[in-house]
Amino acid sequence: MKVSVIITLKKDVLDPQGKVIHQTLDGMGFDNINEVRQGKYFEIDTKETDKKKAEKNVEDMCKKLLANLVIEDYKIIGSE
Amino acid sequence: MHSSVITFPGSNCDRDMDVALKKFGFKNKMVWHDDVELPKSDLVVLPGGFSYGDYLRCGSMASKSKIMKSVLNFAQGGGKVMGVCNGFQILVESGLLPGVLLRNKYLEFICKNVFVKVNNQDNSYFKDNKKEVYEFHIAHNEGNYFCSNDQIKDINDNNQIAMFYSDENGNVNEQSNPNGSLQNIAGIFNKQKNVLGMMPHPERMIDPALSGEDGSLFFENLINNLR
Repeated sequence: MKVSVIITLKKDVLDPQGKVIHQTLDGMGFDNINEVRQGKYFEIDTKETDKKKAEKNVEDMCKKLLANLVIEDYKIIGSE
Repeated sequence: MHSSVITFPGSNCDRDMDVALKKFGFKNKMVWHDDVELPKSDLVVLPGGFSYGDYLRCGSMASKSKIMKSVLNFAQGGGKVMGVCNGFQILVESGLLPGVLLRNKYLEFICKNVFVKVNNQDNSYFKDNKKEVYEFHIAHNEGNYFCSNDQIKDINDNNQIAMFYSDENGNVNEQSNPNGSLQNIAGIFNKQKNVLGMMPHPERMIDPALSGEDGSLFFENLINNLR
């Protein structure tokens, strides 16, 4: 089963890369942007076949390694 | 005095640290990250570099390596553990120190000499130190210290800030903050003050012909305090 998870910086954490991407897009003519936030995406192919268990397992991975909860939030966005 | 420097894949200040420690009297051993046991040590140093290519987040992979279990036990038993630059990043990722080191505020790799003001002398690292303001070298891309509001309150309540970025005269202000660090933090302790993480590299300031001597003062004082 493949579990997809995205990791983003928490709202109140400054995202300088997102800011620069915003400015660049602005300079390219995409001038209708309010804000850009950059994040990470992981696709974890697990041997687990039970959806609930697989997601619980990935959640554990997020807490222990994939995300740093001081600055980041994680969200499981799907499993198939 | 016995010290150990841990080498992770991608560490590149490990040998500089070895030279510095030996110069000031430590019997130093190099320890590979995949080893399980620490040699007898009075001080364990996590050196600078780019462990695991900074994959995922700086220091995150190294903080889970085999030797770190022993380092965690050593630190939790009161052993002295010092992390410099990438070593500091590994210490925060391991949970031995609070907070995290974010990308520098202006997205630049910074490589220059800076001044740091020692904030807390009530510990083995800075007790009886000869100077209040040291000139050290920094070289990092992720040195922007950050933590939650609760954590910073805790850090200040327990006097855990080891050093601030300052100017030559010890003034701590926005102009002397090279990377956007919260409250100009350049280094912090754990609550018990046996674990120290700092972005500046004292091991690069141990030879007047090459750089300066402020690192020499730091190491001389450190070994005297540990004796």
